[in-house]
Amino acid sequence: MATTSIAVAEMPLVLFLLRRADDALILGHRLSEWCGHAPMPEEDMALANTGLDLIGQARTLYDAAAAAEGAGNDEDRYAYLRDAPQFRNLLLTEQPNGDFARTIVRQFFYSAFADPYWRAMQGSADTTLAAIAAKSEKESAYHLRHASEWMVRLGDGTPESHRRAQDALDALWPFTGEMFETDDAERGLIATGIAVDPAGPRGAWAATLRMVLARAGLAQPAGTWMQTGGRSGRHTEHLGHLLAEMQHIARTYPGARW
Amino acid sequence: MTAPATPLWEVFLRSRNGLAHKHVGSLHAADATLALHAARDLYTRRGEGLSIWVVPSDAITASDPSDKGMMFEPTASKIYRHPTFYDVPDDVGHM
Repeated sequence: MATTSIAVAEMPLVLFLLRRADDALILGHRLSEWCGHAPMPEEDMALANTGLDLIGQARTLYDAAAAAEGAGNDEDRYAYLRDAPQFRNLLLTEQPNGDFARTIVRQFFYSAFADPYWRAMQGSADTTLAAIAAKSEKESAYHLRHASEWMVRLGDGTPESHRRAQDALDALWPFTGEMFETDDAERGLIATGIAVDPAGPRGAWAATLRMVLARAGLAQPAGTWMQTGGRSGRHTEHLGHLLAEMQHIARTYPGARW
Repeated sequence: MTAPATPLWEVFLRSRNGLAHKHVGSLHAADATLALHAARDLYTRRGEGLSIWVVPSDAITASDPSDKGMMFEPTASKIYRHPTFYDVPDDVGHM
Protein backbone atom coordinates (compact mmCIF):
# COMPACT_ATOMS: atom_id res chain seq x y z
CA MET A 1 0.00 0.00 0.00
CA ALA A 2 1.31 3.42 -0.96
CA THR A 3 1.81 6.29 1.45
CA THR A 4 2.04 9.03 -1.15
CA SER A 5 -0.97 11.16 -1.93
CA ILE A 6 -3.44 9.87 -4.47
CA ALA A 7 -4.88 11.71 -7.44
CA VAL A 8 -8.67 11.76 -7.68
CA ALA A 9 -10.59 12.12 -10.93
CA GLU A 10 -13.15 14.62 -9.70
CA MET A 11 -15.99 14.28 -12.12
CA PRO A 12 -19.08 16.11 -10.83
CA LEU A 13 -20.64 13.21 -8.90
CA VAL A 14 -17.32 12.28 -7.26
CA LEU A 15 -16.67 15.89 -6.31
CA PHE A 16 -20.18 16.23 -4.92
CA LEU A 17 -19.80 13.08 -2.81
CA LEU A 18 -16.32 14.02 -1.57
CA ARG A 19 -17.61 17.42 -0.44
CA ARG A 20 -20.32 15.85 1.74
CA ALA A 21 -18.06 13.04 2.92
CA ASP A 22 -15.27 15.47 3.84
CA ASP A 23 -17.72 17.65 5.82
CA ALA A 24 -18.72 14.62 7.85
CA LEU A 25 -15.21 13.19 8.30
CA ILE A 26 -13.53 16.43 9.32
CA LEU A 27 -16.28 17.47 11.74
CA GLY A 28 -16.41 13.90 13.08
CA HIS A 29 -12.66 13.97 13.63
CA ARG A 30 -12.90 17.31 15.43
CA LEU A 31 -15.53 15.85 17.77
CA SER A 32 -13.35 12.80 18.38
CA GLU A 33 -10.69 15.17 19.74
CA TRP A 34 -12.99 15.78 22.72
CA CYS A 35 -12.86 12.12 23.70
CA GLY A 36 -11.65 12.02 27.30
CA HIS A 37 -11.57 15.83 27.53
CA ALA A 38 -15.22 16.92 27.63
CA PRO A 39 -16.49 18.93 30.61
CA MET A 40 -18.41 15.92 31.98
CA PRO A 41 -18.49 12.20 31.14
CA GLU A 42 -22.08 12.41 29.88
CA GLU A 43 -21.10 15.01 27.30
CA ASP A 44 -17.92 13.12 26.46
CA MET A 45 -20.15 10.27 25.30
CA ALA A 46 -22.58 12.58 23.50
CA LEU A 47 -19.83 14.27 21.49
CA ALA A 48 -18.18 10.94 20.67
CA ASN A 49 -21.54 9.50 19.55
CA THR A 50 -22.11 12.48 17.27
CA GLY A 51 -18.59 12.12 15.89
CA LEU A 52 -19.16 8.42 15.22
CA ASP A 53 -22.44 9.17 13.43
CA LEU A 54 -20.62 11.64 11.19
CA ILE A 55 -17.69 9.33 10.47
CA GLY A 56 -20.23 6.63 9.59
CA GLN A 57 -21.88 9.02 7.15
CA ALA A 58 -18.47 9.83 5.67
CA ARG A 59 -17.74 6.14 5.11
CA THR A 60 -20.91 5.50 3.12
CA LEU A 61 -20.34 8.67 1.09
CA TYR A 62 -16.71 7.70 0.35
CA ASP A 63 -17.94 4.26 -0.72
CA ALA A 64 -20.33 5.91 -3.14
CA ALA A 65 -17.53 8.19 -4.39
CA ALA A 66 -15.25 5.19 -4.93
CA ALA A 67 -17.96 3.45 -6.96
CA ALA A 68 -18.58 6.61 -8.99
CA GLU A 69 -14.87 7.21 -9.61
CA GLY A 70 -14.10 3.57 -10.43
CA ALA A 71 -10.36 4.10 -10.08
CA GLY A 72 -9.60 1.64 -7.31
CA ASN A 73 -9.71 4.23 -4.53
CA ASP A 74 -11.59 3.47 -1.32
CA GLU A 75 -12.69 5.16 1.89
CA ASP A 76 -9.27 4.80 3.54
CA ARG A 77 -7.41 6.20 0.56
CA TYR A 78 -9.74 9.19 0.33
CA ALA A 79 -9.41 9.86 4.06
CA TYR A 80 -5.73 9.17 4.58
CA LEU A 81 -3.97 9.78 1.28
CA ARG A 82 -5.17 13.19 0.19
CA ASP A 83 -3.47 16.47 1.09
CA ALA A 84 -5.26 19.52 2.45
CA PRO A 85 -5.87 21.18 -0.95
CA GLN A 86 -7.64 17.97 -2.08
CA PHE A 87 -10.15 18.13 0.79
CA ARG A 88 -13.51 19.64 -0.14
CA ASN A 89 -15.06 20.21 3.29
CA LEU A 90 -16.65 23.41 4.55
CA LEU A 91 -14.18 25.64 6.37
CA LEU A 92 -16.63 25.62 9.30
CA THR A 93 -16.05 21.92 9.96
CA GLU A 94 -12.26 22.22 10.28
CA GLN A 95 -12.33 25.10 12.78
CA PRO A 96 -10.70 24.10 16.08
CA ASN A 97 -12.82 22.91 18.99
CA GLY A 98 -11.97 25.89 21.15
CA ASP A 99 -14.02 25.85 24.34
CA PHE A 100 -17.23 23.84 24.74
CA ALA A 101 -19.34 26.76 23.50
CA ARG A 102 -17.28 27.01 20.30
CA THR A 103 -17.80 23.30 19.64
CA ILE A 104 -21.53 23.53 20.29
CA VAL A 105 -22.00 26.60 18.07
CA ARG A 106 -20.05 24.92 15.26
CA GLN A 107 -22.25 21.83 15.58
CA PHE A 108 -25.40 23.94 15.77
CA PHE A 109 -24.56 25.87 12.59
CA TYR A 110 -23.72 22.67 10.73
CA SER A 111 -26.58 20.49 11.97
CA ALA A 112 -29.17 23.22 11.41
CA PHE A 113 -28.10 23.03 7.75
CA ALA A 114 -27.40 19.28 7.47
CA ASP A 115 -30.77 18.18 8.82
CA PRO A 116 -32.98 19.94 6.23
CA TYR A 117 -30.35 19.23 3.55
CA TRP A 118 -30.45 15.47 4.11
CA ARG A 119 -34.23 15.57 4.42
CA ALA A 120 -34.40 17.10 0.93
CA MET A 121 -31.79 14.65 -0.37
CA GLN A 122 -34.06 11.73 0.51
CA GLY A 123 -35.79 12.56 -2.76
CA SER A 124 -32.59 12.10 -4.78
CA ALA A 125 -32.92 10.29 -8.10
CA ASP A 126 -29.87 8.25 -7.03
CA THR A 127 -31.20 5.46 -4.79
CA THR A 128 -27.90 5.03 -2.95
CA LEU A 129 -27.82 8.73 -2.14
CA ALA A 130 -31.47 8.69 -1.09
CA ALA A 131 -30.72 5.83 1.33
CA ILE A 132 -27.65 7.60 2.74
CA ALA A 133 -29.77 10.73 3.17
CA ALA A 134 -32.51 8.84 5.03
CA LYS A 135 -29.98 7.46 7.53
CA SER A 136 -28.11 10.76 7.86
CA GLU A 137 -31.28 12.76 8.42
CA LYS A 138 -32.25 10.76 11.52
CA GLU A 139 -28.78 11.27 12.94
CA SER A 140 -28.57 14.96 12.10
CA ALA A 141 -32.03 15.57 13.58
CA TYR A 142 -30.71 14.37 16.92
CA HIS A 143 -27.44 16.32 16.56
CA LEU A 144 -29.48 19.45 15.95
CA ARG A 145 -31.72 18.85 18.93
CA HIS A 146 -28.76 18.22 21.21
CA ALA A 147 -26.81 21.27 20.00
CA SER A 148 -29.93 23.46 20.19
CA GLU A 149 -30.62 22.50 23.80
CA TRP A 150 -27.04 23.36 24.70
CA MET A 151 -27.28 26.68 22.84
CA VAL A 152 -30.21 27.62 25.07
CA ARG A 153 -28.46 26.55 28.25
CA LEU A 154 -25.22 28.31 27.39
CA GLY A 155 -26.94 31.49 26.22
CA ASP A 156 -29.40 31.54 29.11
CA GLY A 157 -27.00 30.12 31.70
CA THR A 158 -24.38 32.15 33.54
CA PRO A 159 -22.81 35.45 32.38
CA GLU A 160 -19.69 33.51 31.47
CA SER A 161 -21.51 30.83 29.44
CA HIS A 162 -23.48 33.57 27.67
CA ARG A 163 -20.31 35.48 26.82
CA ARG A 164 -18.57 32.37 25.52
CA ALA A 165 -21.56 31.36 23.39
CA GLN A 166 -21.87 34.85 21.90
CA ASP A 167 -18.11 34.97 21.21
CA ALA A 168 -18.37 31.63 19.41
CA LEU A 169 -21.36 32.78 17.33
CA ASP A 170 -19.51 35.93 16.28
CA ALA A 171 -16.27 34.07 15.48
CA LEU A 172 -17.87 31.29 13.42
CA TRP A 173 -20.55 33.36 11.69
CA PRO A 174 -18.40 34.21 8.61
CA PHE A 175 -18.04 30.46 7.95
CA THR A 176 -21.78 29.89 7.51
CA GLY A 177 -22.23 31.40 4.03
CA GLU A 178 -20.24 28.63 2.38
CA MET A 179 -22.86 25.99 3.19
CA PHE A 180 -25.26 27.42 0.63
CA GLU A 181 -22.81 27.73 -2.27
CA THR A 182 -23.42 26.04 -5.60
CA ASP A 183 -21.09 25.76 -8.59
CA ASP A 184 -21.30 24.43 -12.15
CA ALA A 185 -20.30 20.92 -11.12
CA GLU A 186 -23.28 20.70 -8.74
CA ARG A 187 -25.72 22.55 -10.96
CA GLY A 188 -25.62 19.67 -13.45
CA LEU A 189 -26.43 17.15 -10.69
CA ILE A 190 -29.18 19.38 -9.36
CA ALA A 191 -30.71 19.61 -12.85
CA THR A 192 -30.88 15.82 -13.11
CA GLY A 193 -32.38 15.40 -9.63
CA ILE A 194 -29.37 13.59 -8.16
CA ALA A 195 -28.48 16.47 -5.84
CA VAL A 196 -30.53 19.25 -4.29
CA ASP A 197 -29.59 22.91 -4.31
CA PRO A 198 -27.82 23.59 -1.00
CA ALA A 199 -29.44 27.03 -1.03
CA GLY A 200 -32.79 25.26 -0.61
CA PRO A 201 -32.45 24.61 3.16
CA ARG A 202 -31.44 28.21 3.80
CA GLY A 203 -34.94 29.19 4.92
CA ALA A 204 -35.18 26.28 7.36
CA TRP A 205 -31.67 27.04 8.59
CA ALA A 206 -32.46 30.69 9.23
CA ALA A 207 -35.72 29.80 10.99
CA THR A 208 -33.91 27.36 13.29
CA LEU A 209 -31.35 30.04 14.14
CA ARG A 210 -34.00 32.65 14.89
CA MET A 211 -35.97 30.30 17.13
CA VAL A 212 -33.03 28.86 19.09
CA LEU A 213 -31.13 32.14 19.47
CA ALA A 214 -34.30 33.83 20.73
CA ARG A 215 -34.76 31.10 23.35
CA ALA A 216 -31.08 31.39 24.23
CA GLY A 217 -31.11 35.18 24.49
CA LEU A 218 -28.19 35.32 22.05
CA ALA A 219 -27.78 37.86 19.24
CA GLN A 220 -27.55 36.66 15.67
CA PRO A 221 -24.44 38.22 14.12
CA ALA A 222 -25.29 40.77 11.45
CA GLY A 223 -22.16 40.58 9.31
CA THR A 224 -22.65 39.80 5.62
CA TRP A 225 -19.02 39.14 4.63
CA MET A 226 -18.48 35.41 4.33
CA GLN A 227 -15.46 33.14 4.07
CA THR A 228 -15.22 30.83 1.08
CA GLY A 229 -12.79 28.31 -0.40
CA GLY A 230 -13.29 24.95 1.30
CA ARG A 231 -15.29 23.46 -1.58
CA SER A 232 -12.38 24.10 -3.95
CA GLY A 233 -9.60 23.13 -1.54
CA ARG A 234 -8.52 26.55 -0.23
CA HIS A 235 -8.51 25.89 3.49
CA THR A 236 -7.72 27.66 6.73
CA GLU A 237 -4.40 26.80 8.36
CA HIS A 238 -6.18 24.46 10.76
CA LEU A 239 -6.88 21.66 8.30
CA GLY A 240 -3.20 20.81 7.72
CA HIS A 241 -2.66 20.27 11.45
CA LEU A 242 -5.80 18.15 11.70
CA LEU A 243 -4.71 15.98 8.76
CA ALA A 244 -1.20 15.58 10.17
CA GLU A 245 -2.68 13.96 13.25
CA MET A 246 -5.42 12.04 11.45
CA GLN A 247 -3.19 10.66 8.69
CA HIS A 248 0.18 10.09 10.29
CA ILE A 249 -0.36 6.46 11.34
CA ALA A 250 -1.78 5.48 7.95
CA ARG A 251 1.07 7.22 6.14
CA THR A 252 3.82 6.00 8.46
CA TYR A 253 2.67 2.38 8.67
CA PRO A 254 0.94 1.60 5.36
CA GLY A 255 -1.84 -0.94 5.76
CA ALA A 256 -1.45 -0.98 9.56
CA ARG A 257 -4.17 -3.00 11.34
CA TRP A 258 -5.18 -3.63 14.91
CA MET B 1 -15.25 17.02 37.04
CA THR B 2 -18.92 17.56 37.73
CA ALA B 3 -20.16 20.97 38.79
CA PRO B 4 -22.53 21.06 41.77
CA ALA B 5 -25.16 22.60 39.46
CA THR B 6 -25.69 19.25 37.77
CA PRO B 7 -27.94 17.04 39.90
CA LEU B 8 -28.10 13.27 39.75
CA TRP B 9 -30.78 11.44 37.72
CA GLU B 10 -31.85 7.81 37.68
CA VAL B 11 -32.37 6.23 34.27
CA PHE B 12 -35.04 3.64 33.44
CA LEU B 13 -35.28 1.89 30.07
CA ARG B 14 -38.02 -0.17 28.48
CA SER B 15 -36.40 -2.46 25.98
CA ARG B 16 -39.55 -3.94 24.41
CA ASN B 17 -43.25 -3.25 24.26
CA GLY B 18 -45.02 -5.03 27.10
CA LEU B 19 -42.03 -5.00 29.43
CA ALA B 20 -41.67 -2.65 32.38
CA HIS B 21 -39.10 0.11 32.54
CA LYS B 22 -35.99 -1.17 34.32
CA HIS B 23 -33.43 0.81 36.23
CA VAL B 24 -30.15 0.84 34.30
CA GLY B 25 -28.03 3.45 36.05
CA SER B 26 -27.64 7.10 36.85
CA LEU B 27 -26.07 10.23 35.39
CA HIS B 28 -25.51 13.92 36.02
CA ALA B 29 -27.37 16.55 34.00
CA ALA B 30 -28.41 20.16 34.47
CA ASP B 31 -32.11 19.52 33.84
CA ALA B 32 -34.62 16.92 32.69
CA THR B 33 -34.20 17.49 28.95
CA LEU B 34 -30.43 17.19 29.06
CA ALA B 35 -30.79 14.16 31.34
CA LEU B 36 -32.94 12.50 28.69
CA HIS B 37 -30.34 13.29 26.03
CA ALA B 38 -27.51 11.99 28.18
CA ALA B 39 -29.49 8.84 28.95
CA ARG B 40 -29.96 8.26 25.23
CA ASP B 41 -26.23 8.70 24.62
CA LEU B 42 -25.05 6.68 27.62
CA TYR B 43 -27.52 3.81 27.84
CA THR B 44 -29.06 3.19 24.40
CA ARG B 45 -25.97 3.06 22.19
CA ARG B 46 -26.51 -0.58 21.29
CA GLY B 47 -30.22 -0.55 20.59
CA GLU B 48 -31.28 -1.30 24.16
CA GLY B 49 -34.27 0.97 24.39
CA LEU B 50 -37.67 1.90 23.08
CA SER B 51 -38.51 4.31 25.87
CA ILE B 52 -36.52 6.21 28.49
CA TRP B 53 -37.56 7.62 31.85
CA VAL B 54 -35.33 9.91 33.85
CA VAL B 55 -36.18 10.65 37.47
CA PRO B 56 -34.40 13.06 39.82
CA SER B 57 -32.51 10.85 42.24
CA ASP B 58 -33.65 12.95 45.18
CA ALA B 59 -37.28 12.18 44.25
CA ILE B 60 -36.70 8.56 45.19
CA THR B 61 -37.44 7.53 48.75
CA ALA B 62 -35.39 4.45 49.56
CA SER B 63 -35.61 1.92 52.35
CA ASP B 64 -32.83 2.09 54.91
CA PRO B 65 -30.43 -0.87 54.69
CA SER B 66 -30.25 -0.95 58.51
CA ASP B 67 -34.00 -1.67 58.59
CA LYS B 68 -33.46 -4.88 56.66
CA GLY B 69 -34.42 -7.12 59.56
CA MET B 70 -37.69 -5.38 60.30
CA MET B 71 -38.57 -4.80 56.65
CA PHE B 72 -37.78 -8.09 54.99
CA GLU B 73 -36.96 -10.92 57.38
CA PRO B 74 -40.56 -11.56 58.52
CA THR B 75 -41.44 -12.72 55.00
CA ALA B 76 -38.74 -15.37 54.99
CA SER B 77 -40.79 -17.69 57.25
CA LYS B 78 -44.10 -17.31 55.38
CA ILE B 79 -43.70 -20.02 52.83
CA TYR B 80 -47.48 -20.36 52.55
CA ARG B 81 -47.48 -17.07 50.67
CA HIS B 82 -45.75 -18.80 47.78
CA PRO B 83 -48.08 -20.65 45.42
CA THR B 84 -46.30 -23.94 45.92
CA PHE B 85 -49.13 -25.87 47.62
CA TYR B 86 -51.31 -26.34 44.59
CA ASP B 87 -51.27 -29.05 41.97
CA VAL B 88 -51.17 -27.32 38.62
CA PRO B 89 -52.87 -29.36 35.90
CA ASP B 90 -50.53 -30.24 33.06
CA ASP B 91 -52.87 -28.58 30.56
CA VAL B 92 -52.19 -25.19 32.14
CA GLY B 93 -48.66 -25.32 30.80
CA HIS B 94 -46.08 -22.77 31.83
CA MET B 95 -47.20 -20.40 34.57
